[in-house]
This record gives sequence, structure tokens and C-alpha cells, in this order.
Amino acid sequence: MNHRVTNIIIAGLGGQGVLTAAGIVADAAFRCGHDVKQSELHGMSQRGGSVSSDIRYGHKVFSPMVPTGEADFLVVVATDQIEVNRHQLRHGGVLITPDAIDPSKLTNKKSFNVAQLGVLSRHLDIPESVWHDAIRAAFPEKLHAANFQAFALGRKGT
Amino acid sequence: MTDSNRTLLSGDEAVALAALHAGVALGTGYPGTPSTEILEALAEFGGRAQWAPNEKVAVEVALGVAFTGARALVTMKHVGLNVAADPFFTASYTGCDGALVIVSADDPGLGSSQNEQDNRRYALAAGVPMLEPSDAQEAYDFTAAAIELSERWKIPFLLRMVTRVCHSRTIVASRALPQPTVAPHFEHDYKARVMIPAYARPAHRRLRAKLAEIAAWNESSPLNRVIAGDQSLGIITSSAAYLHAHEAAPTASFLKLGFTYPLPIEKIRAFAASVKRCVVIEEGDPYLVEAIRAAGIPVEGKPEMYRFGELNITRVRRILAGDTSPEPPPVPGKPPQLCQGCSHRYVFDLLKKLDCIVSGDIGCYTLGVLPPWEAMDTCVCMGASVGIGLGLRHVLPPEQARRVVSVIGDSTFVHSGITGLVEMVYNPPPTGHVVIILDNGTTAMTGHQEHPGTGRTLEHEQTGKISFEELGHSLGIQNVFVTDPALDPEAFERLVRDCLANNQLNLIIARRPCLLIAGKIKEYERAANQTCAALGGQP
Ligand SMILES: Cc1ncc(C[n+]2csc(CCOP(=O)(O)OP(=O)(O)O)c2C)c(N)n1
Ligand code: SF4
Repeated sequence: MNHRVTNIIIAGLGGQGVLTAAGIVADAAFRCGHDVKQSELHGMSQRGGSVSSDIRYGHKVFSPMVPTGEADFLVVVATDQIEVNRHQLRHGGVLITPDAIDPSKLTNKKSFNVAQLGVLSRHLDIPESVWHDAIRAAFPEKLHAANFQAFALGRKGT
Repeated sequence: MTDSNRTLLSGDEAVALAALHAGVALGTGYPGTPSTEILEALAEFGGRAQWAPNEKVAVEVALGVAFTGARALVTMKHVGLNVAADPFFTASYTGCDGALVIVSADDPGLGSSQNEQDNRRYALAAGVPMLEPSDAQEAYDFTAAAIELSERWKIPFLLRMVTRVCHSRTIVASRALPQPTVAPHFEHDYKARVMIPAYARPAHRRLRAKLAEIAAWNESSPLNRVIAGDQSLGIITSSAAYLHAHEAAPTASFLKLGFTYPLPIEKIRAFAASVKRCVVIEEGDPYLVEAIRAAGIPVEGKPEMYRFGELNITRVRRILAGDTSPEPPPVPGKPPQLCQGCSHRYVFDLLKKLDCIVSGDIGCYTLGVLPPWEAMDTCVCMGASVGIGLGLRHVLPPEQARRVVSVIGDSTFVHSGITGLVEMVYNPPPTGHVVIILDNGTTAMTGHQEHPGTGRTLEHEQTGKISFEELGHSLGIQNVFVTDPALDPEAFERLVRDCLANNQLNLIIARRPCLLIAGKIKEYERAANQTCAALGGQP
């Protein structure tokens, strides 16, 4: 197993499903047998303020927080949060912005966060079936179809 | 998410799961970030959990449970322990028969709090033994250990968490935990539990003797671990700081403390002597470093600049390098704001228009201090709006005093605003006063918990309900009004203007449900009505 820790940050605004998305990534990594830590700052996040969550996985993870400027992947769900978070990305790291997804192609606009996970999934060594399991576990049944569609949209690329 | 007994859990959920597995009879507390999810999870997992009106009552209820030999859990955020400090300080004297575990969730960096207090000082001050988990696995293990040790020594235990432990999800392996061995029962023992001076004096001596025994036991406790590494650098640490330090200095030797009051001083002394350079890495106050130095053990601490805010890997690297150059300022994110259509907006629109002096309180509505309103002048701690407003009224010149309004949320009012109203009736200012309860039918700020004013339990089932208007009348407040400011803003303005001018005591209950929860509240009410109908109309 690769001993390097993979560092991911998901950022956006309260109400955009940042924490749900982060939970799915952490769960998927856990299902693959990695050590995982996911950390988040929320409190008044429902009130539309900045929210972000760090996910770290690998053979053994200690700190739940990605060291400043060392994120391998930065997924930003709100355009105005890109600059606020850019300094978290390491040199050569991958930035996934809202531009990656055409919202008009989503069955349910609320699944935008999961569509971005589809984009992220192209870069990670996690099987598609595991992503599906993690998505299934994160939502009630009636939302499964829309989220699978969103994930597929992001994963296939546009 | 489950893989046999291994699960990905937050620290809060892990505490709840351990409490459930250890047969805790009752979990109680008051919401507060980052502790709120513990009781919510306990209820969800099938345990018994309930919200108390405030932290003091919660600790008292839990102490009563623990007096019967049963196991009790109390949860709160750090400032909650200020409210509960009175029973906390004397519960260490009375001790308990079953287990009493008090969780304090500290918030270094003020993710969502009014101060950055370090509650490790409370353990020391009250003589309450303390465990500090660093991740969710330890939150599970240490909750189990706290229950066991609390029972063994018949003393309450403080489980001191921080935001990064409460709100970080890590893998937790759970297991079968030892169950309570006695059924709840009561035995008279007034010399142990009635703290009149004659019985409290020996109780204090017993406490100190117990703590000395515990300190001796802690010297070889498995809760403190030495992780052998390079002898050139030794790091003494606890809580989440350990995790950052381990990554900042992976080859160093560690003394990772889990049981941090009373400290295993001899173990610390031996560790410090075994390494060339010994540094204490701790978040917040210099709690460990002061105690260690007081014992005559030479160790390095952190520069004062790192007392503020959370630690992380980068900051620990800087501490180890002795770097005190200014840190890059944090990039400001987008501040939260009151939701569009939030009922609080109408109130702040008016208070701004009337140029009121607003004695504020804590909740979503504290956001009234931000633009576009900037209509809050004070906010100190829960419930303070009423007292501070009265103080302002007592001494300001009358023209100014008449502009003073106290604004308090419904959950906050039940938590600690009621005694403020008692004070208002007992010591009324010459110009009278105006208290506005922002009754949105929920504890919105912490994620929409129920409270005694909603008439629903933690699990949203119907129970006794406190009526603010009847309470106001019964206290003898001259004018009590119930109004929905959004329904008729002009009528609301006339009402507030009248109250400000009448030199009497006024309680205005501005009632309109929080927009985000209004739908849910309707559902709960419908469910309650159905049960009521099924019972033949009996509530
Ligand atoms: C002693 C203490 N306990 C808990 C908290 C956390 N807290 C702050 S305000 C609040 C209640 C907010 O509810 P409410 O007064 O109804 O206002 P709303 O958020 O609904 O507008 C809570 C639980 C705190 N700051 N201090
Ligand atoms: S959550 Fe409710 S009380 Fe809080 S800002 Fe939104 S509408 Fe207002």
C-alpha cells in the first residue's frame, strides 16, 4: 500500500453540502481499507458562511488537518471561495472548481457537490463501486438516483 | 459505514457509542458547539438522552443519577462548565456511587464561541480527575475508562475534548464494555452527601487523599504512553496537539498524556531526563508546562503567540524551530449571516431604525451585530442581555436609558434569562425596561435543538411546555405582549415605541418560527396530534 497520505480539502459555503461531500470521500477511503481522518469546522455554517473540511487518508494518518499549503486536491463548490482557499493547494496540486460541472445537466441541482466528487474520483484510486456504496450510505433512498447521475456526470467529464 | 465493529465516527459520536456500550443510564446536557452531537447520537443509537434547560441543572440531574449507583453522562461546551461550576466544585467532595462523566468540549480558535477558555484549569481548581482524548478512537476508549475509573474511585471525571476531536471523524473499533454491576438504589449517607461545613471539612480531606491515590495510580496508567524515538528531542503533549506534533516531528520521542489531572509527575520527570531537549506541545493555556516546571522539571514551552488559536502541523513545526516571526494572516472567509427571511431580521431592522441601545445575547441573532444592522451593543454570555440592560438603565440619563432594550433568544431565555426577569421585577429601573424574547421555537444556532419552551423532548416528542407569557404574568411584569413582527411590521414598531416610552416593565415575545425549521415543527406537531387523537384526546 502507498504510504503517502493523500490530502484533500473541500470548501464552499454553508448549505452547499460541503460536509456531506467530505463525509462521502472519507467513507469511500475507509471502505478501501485506508486509515482516514476527516475534520471540519462548522458551527454557524448553516448561515451561509465559509465552510471547509479536510480529508486525509493513507496507511497511517495522525493529524486530522491538512498542513497549510499541502493539499493534493482542492475541491471548491462556490466560485467566490476559490481565492479564499487557493493557498491550501500544494504546488502541482489539482484544483476542482464549479466550472467543471454544467448544472443544467443535473437531475437535481442540489447534487452539484456530488458531481464534483465525480470529477475528483477520476484522480483517486478508489473503485467506482465503492463510491456508489459511500453515496448510498450518505443519502436517503429517494435521493440515490439523482446523486448517482451527478456522480457519473462528473466522473465521465464533459 | 460499518465494517463489523470498526466504524468511521466523529469524536462526539464515539463518546455516545461508548456511553451506550457501557450502559449509561442517562445522558443530559445543554447544546453547545462542538459538544451538541454527543447527546443527539446517544439518542439515535438507542440510549436515553435529554436536554436540560442549562448545564448547571444537567450536572445536578446527572449527580442524582450517579448517587444511585447508576452511570451518568453530562455534555456541554467549555463555557457551559462556567454555568455548572457550582455543582462541579462540590461534586468532587460528595463523590458519586455510580459513574459521573462530565464532557467539556473546548473550542480553541473560537470556531463558534465567545471565548477561548481552557477548561483543563477547572479540573485542577475543582479537584476533578481529567482525561483528554486526541481522536475518536480515544474518545471511545477514554469515555469507557472515565466511567470505569469514576466508579472505582467514586469521583466525577472530566472528559476534556476540543473541537478537532469532537468534529473529526476517525476509525473507531468498539468492543463489549463492562456493564453496571448494581441496580440503581439509594442508601442514606448524609455525611457523604450533605455538604454542611461539619461534613464538608472531612470531605475535602477525603478528596485530597483520593487525588493523591489517583496520582500514584496514574504513574503507571496505560492512558499515558511513551512512544520511543530519537533521544535528541522529546515531546510531552496531549489531546489533538499530539497528532499535529507526531507529524511535525515523526522521529521524536513522545510522552503522550491521556490522563492529565492529576498528572503523572514522576513519569514526566523520567521522560524529560531521558531526552536531550524536552518540549511541551499543548494547545491553549500553558497548563502542562506550568505544572511540569512547578515540579522542578526543566522543559521548553511554546512562545506566547501560540497560545492563541488552534495548533496544527505547521504551527508545531514553528514552535519546535523557535520561530516567532509573524504568521501569515488567515485569509478571511465569508462571515455567516442571518438567513434570508429569518424572523430576527424584522426585529433588528426596527432596533436599528429606532437607534436603540441593544443589550444582546447569544444565538443566531447575535449576527444582528454585523452589517447591514450593526444593531447590537453588548454580548457577553448566555442570559447577560437582561442584567446588562438593567444595569445600563439604572445609571444612564433618562433620555438614553429609554433607548435600552434587552434582546434574548428563546432557548437562551430558558437557559439563563428567567432570573434576569426576576431581577427586573425586584429592582426595576426608574425608566422601566423592555425585554424582547426572539421566540423562533428552537435553538437554531447549534442546529435546531428542542428546549423546554418548545414543549418537545430531545427526540421531538411531546412533553411539558413552558409558556413565556404566563411566566411573565406570574412574575408580575406589567406589560406582556405576544406578536409576530413579520406579520405586521408597523404594528410591531408602534408596540416597541410605546414600550420604550411608558416607563414600565415590558416583556415582548416576538414569536415566529425559524425559517429553516418551520416545516419540521409542523411535522412534529402533526405527529403529536395524531398520538393525542389515538389516546382519545388525552395529551
Ligand atoms: C453557557 C453556554 N452554553 C451554550 C452555549 C452555546 N449556545 C450559544 S447560544 C445558544 C442558544 C441559541 O438559541 P436561541 O437563544 O433560541 O437563539 P437562536 O439561535 O434560535 O436564534 C447556545 C446553545 C453558550 N454560548 N454558552
Ligand atoms: S437558522 Fe433560523 S434563526 Fe438562524 S439565521 Fe436562519 S432562519 Fe434565522
